[in-house]
Amino acid sequence: MDDLLSEFLTETNEGLAVLDVELVKLEQNPNDAELLSSIFRLMHTIKGTCGFLGLPRLESVAHAGENILGKFRSNELVVTPEGVSLILECLDQIRALLVALEQTESEPEGADTDLIKRLNAAADGGAAPAAEPDMAPVDAVDAMFAEAAEPVAEDEAAPVEIAAAEEADAPKPEAKKPEPKKAAAPAEAAAKGEESSVAHQSIRVNVELLENLMTMVSELVLTRNQLLQILRGQKDSEFAAPLQRLNHVVSELQEGVMKTRMQPIGNAWAKLPRIIRDLSIELDKKIDLVMKGAETELDRQVLELIKDPLTHMVRNSADHGLENPEERVAAGKPEVGKVTLQAFHEGGHIIIQIADDGRGLSASKIKKKVIENGLATEAELESMTEQQIQRFIFKAGFSTAAAVTSVSGRGVGMDVVRTNIEKIGGTIELNSVEGKGTSLTIKIPLTLAIVSALIVACGGERFAIPQISVLELVRASSNSENSIERINGTPVLRLRNRLLPLVSLRTLMHLNEADKPADIKKAAAAADTPDAEGEAGTEVKVAAPPKETFGKSADDQFIVVSQVGSYTFGLIVDRVFDTEEIVVKPVARILRDIQMFSGNTILGDGSVVMILDPNGIAAATGEVELAADADDVATERHATRGGEHVSMLVFRAVEAAPKAVPLALVARLEEIDLTKVETSDGQYVVQYRGQLMPLVQMEGAEKLKDTGRQPVLVFADRDRAMGLVVDEIVDIVEDRVKVELNSKRTGYVGSAVIGGRATDIVDVGHYLTRALHDWFGGESTESFESANGSRVLLIDDSPFFRNLLSPLLSVAGYDVTAVESAQSALQLCEAGQDFDVIISDIEMPGMNGFELAEAIKNSTRWSNVPMVALSSFATQKDFARGRAVGFLDYVAKSDRETLLNTLHDTLSDVRGAA
Amino acid sequence: MTKKMNENPTAKNTAAADDETQDFVTFTIAGQLFGIPVLLVQDVLSSYQITRIPLAPPEITGSLNLRGRVVTAIDVRIRLGLEPRDEGAESMSIVAETEGELYSLMVDSVGEVLPLSTSNHDRNPPTLDAKLRAFSDGIYRLDDGLLVVLDVKRLLDYGHKSAA
Repeated sequence: MDDLLSEFLTETNEGLAVLDVELVKLEQNPNDAELLSSIFRLMHTIKGTCGFLGLPRLESVAHAGENILGKFRSNELVVTPEGVSLILECLDQIRALLVALEQTESEPEGADTDLIKRLNAAADGGAAPAAEPDMAPVDAVDAMFAEAAEPVAEDEAAPVEIAAAEEADAPKPEAKKPEPKKAAAPAEAAAKGEESSVAHQSIRVNVELLENLMTMVSELVLTRNQLLQILRGQKDSEFAAPLQRLNHVVSELQEGVMKTRMQPIGNAWAKLPRIIRDLSIELDKKIDLVMKGAETELDRQVLELIKDPLTHMVRNSADHGLENPEERVAAGKPEVGKVTLQAFHEGGHIIIQIADDGRGLSASKIKKKVIENGLATEAELESMTEQQIQRFIFKAGFSTAAAVTSVSGRGVGMDVVRTNIEKIGGTIELNSVEGKGTSLTIKIPLTLAIVSALIVACGGERFAIPQISVLELVRASSNSENSIERINGTPVLRLRNRLLPLVSLRTLMHLNEADKPADIKKAAAAADTPDAEGEAGTEVKVAAPPKETFGKSADDQFIVVSQVGSYTFGLIVDRVFDTEEIVVKPVARILRDIQMFSGNTILGDGSVVMILDPNGIAAATGEVELAADADDVATERHATRGGEHVSMLVFRAVEAAPKAVPLALVARLEEIDLTKVETSDGQYVVQYRGQLMPLVQMEGAEKLKDTGRQPVLVFADRDRAMGLVVDEIVDIVEDRVKVELNSKRTGYVGSAVIGGRATDIVDVGHYLTRALHDWFGGESTESFESANGSRVLLIDDSPFFRNLLSPLLSVAGYDVTAVESAQSALQLCEAGQDFDVIISDIEMPGMNGFELAEAIKNSTRWSNVPMVALSSFATQKDFARGRAVGFLDYVAKSDRETLLNTLHDTLSDVRGAA
Repeated sequence: MTKKMNENPTAKNTAAADDETQDFVTFTIAGQLFGIPVLLVQDVLSSYQITRIPLAPPEITGSLNLRGRVVTAIDVRIRLGLEPRDEGAESMSIVAETEGELYSLMVDSVGEVLPLSTSNHDRNPPTLDAKLRAFSDGIYRLDDGLLVVLDVKRLLDYGHKSAA
């Protein structure tokens, strides 16, 4: 059975069971608002999931039930036993449909008009009319019996009888009981039997149970460690063998229990593509769902808790966020709306982003709604920022959708989302620009995530550093080549011809110099004696060479090289122990202000250690360096204008002189079997990945041999590929390449010195054009529809890149004009030329890219032309600056794929506007 | 169409407090008798291995492992703004749970479990030391002295309510 379906069945059956209990409770406490909300949400979820799975019959029944509950919730209707019975009846019907669904994997035929009619009547305020005995659920029960309970159905009349009796049961308990019960029991059994087949494939275990297991396993590990310790003191113990086995079993057990808790987030996303697909049909929108980082692992508990919120949010994005295709086109956007879902780890948190490029949140609409719903007064709203106003969507009972659709709306979504996320200590951020789109960022702490950590000691304390941020370990001692040097007291380390800024953990943590590593236990015991040395004293001491401590080990220091973003720094510690798998536990609430720690953990020996947060350390110490670093890079960049830093693929073909192409342009390296090469229309082709790929040889090459194997550089663009046949692939060299232009030879851009040898740089564009234009000829229009004929202005002072990019873009279907400076670009503007998109380099002599962007934005003619920044080196700062002056995107020069994608996206916008 | 439902829960809480007894664990700090509700108390410890937490406020003495859970240790003396304990003086710790987290409260000595009648409960005298008043949940009149009820939640509130 379809995973989705079986999960749905399990989930819905559980939901129904809860609903049964809660509804009965509600009958007894009709005024319990919380209970009512919970019931409503459960019903909403059931309805929602039915909708996504394309189960219209179930959905309509659930929708009708939800309607009444909605009225209950808004106090339009009073909770009465009759009302509750009617809803229970609705649940029974859902259940019956589910049974049939499980057997046939599709909904039974028929409709539940009578039940829905009665539910709607009740929702409209009328009393529930008495059930007409032989109407509503007959067909469902019928179907159920027909499918499964053949032996049970003694005669045709029985099911009808049951249905009627069951219906009458709740309002009129005196209805004749014995007969329906008798008949209903086997039916139930049949239903149960079926249920179990699905339910038993997986077991739902209370997370608390897993938690307890985890704790117990930890205890077990500790005990084992103690035993092993004792064993080490004894020779030839008879316990040795069994203990060894115990050791293994415990390790495996620990691993297993830990694993039970971790799951890739993709599991929670599995349903989404289908949901989006169905939504797009139902809402008549074109939606593209992009999912990134599905492999990011997170705690099962966390996963469970964010699953529904995520679904809600994606649904909201698609339903409320994205506009109709017509609206989108009118707003100058591509017809297809995009919902992007992204997950990644960042600084001890899991970040999940849901972004759409839809209409964004309208502050004015929210305001109106807020006032309507009495959530705030106009005066209060006046003093709020737009962000604060937007955050009202997280309030209970708030929904911006003008009309309640069956997809979402009713205001359950966002407040549930927020509650669920805050329940697990997460935060949710909202960023919305009206007309541009909305992005929601969820930040969830690693609560129980398991990480591999390096255990280090400093100043008598042990700390854990997440392995993921550790690049390498360097042992520094005064007499080795790695020694710590000081600039005006600031420690630095020469590491492979780079100066690595160092941070002393001791100084940072205000740890006491006096405690030697050996005294860990003692130091811990004496922890509460106040640090008499004082902080200033410690710092001074650290600055002095650590000569006063004696012994060889004291002279050595270890440097943990860590990386945060683009900032690399070294952390000086006294000792480095092992790496250990640790379970991250959040620090106590009262310690959350200390940004140096991302959590704490209990090590194998039972002691508690703090987990260092490299992000926090970098932020606390590195800000100055970070800025300085960026400046350095900038100056470095200026200094090396003459040559761009690129990876080149060096190969041999035709003649002995090495040839090279920028590696970024090469999609794959393949070796083809020459016997598979065919000729078509005078061109070599080979079947490659289910398609015919044209093969091109270098100018002046001889005909291909018939047998043997030959290396091929594959250049690919979207679904088209072309192979350049070479003789031998020599090397990949990363170097500053200064290209001497030489346009006389066809097929070459020029030559450069690579790896100490004069190397010809091949003009890939030439071959691409040759292969692909010949190959695709006239049919090409469709495959690069968006690019077709779009006019691109490329501004780059480097002739090398101009020559590389222009043919590339031409081949992709763009009409490229390349100029070498900002001034020439502006001249073109004055000359009255028009372009659909501008791609500009940033670092240029004279007017740079930022200034050009400003000039263009201020000009009248080109102010609406989208601009994309191009740079060989992009820092976060550049990126922000680029955005500020009007660049839509920032693409690294070597990143061909992204450049083409970006252009594609940008131009889709343009096309939409036209 | 009734709007009553919201008023119910709050009404209940205040009403049910008349003349019932509640059990308290008593302890002393600097000669003063204190108490906290016994239901909050998880354990009483006399000695344990503790890990210092650098950069933490001075009253946070460190963290420890209690049956696989991380407990944050706080010296109540310092939190209350009293003189630090003499060096080598004995101390005991009461482990209390609040909002899902465990805290170990270091005190001078732990006494007994006392059932106290709410009829003996008094509000904080307004003249009480401001710091003590902030952390106290009223006073019980005992035959042989006064017992200050320590409000663990407030004691541990470092202004992070919003984050909680």
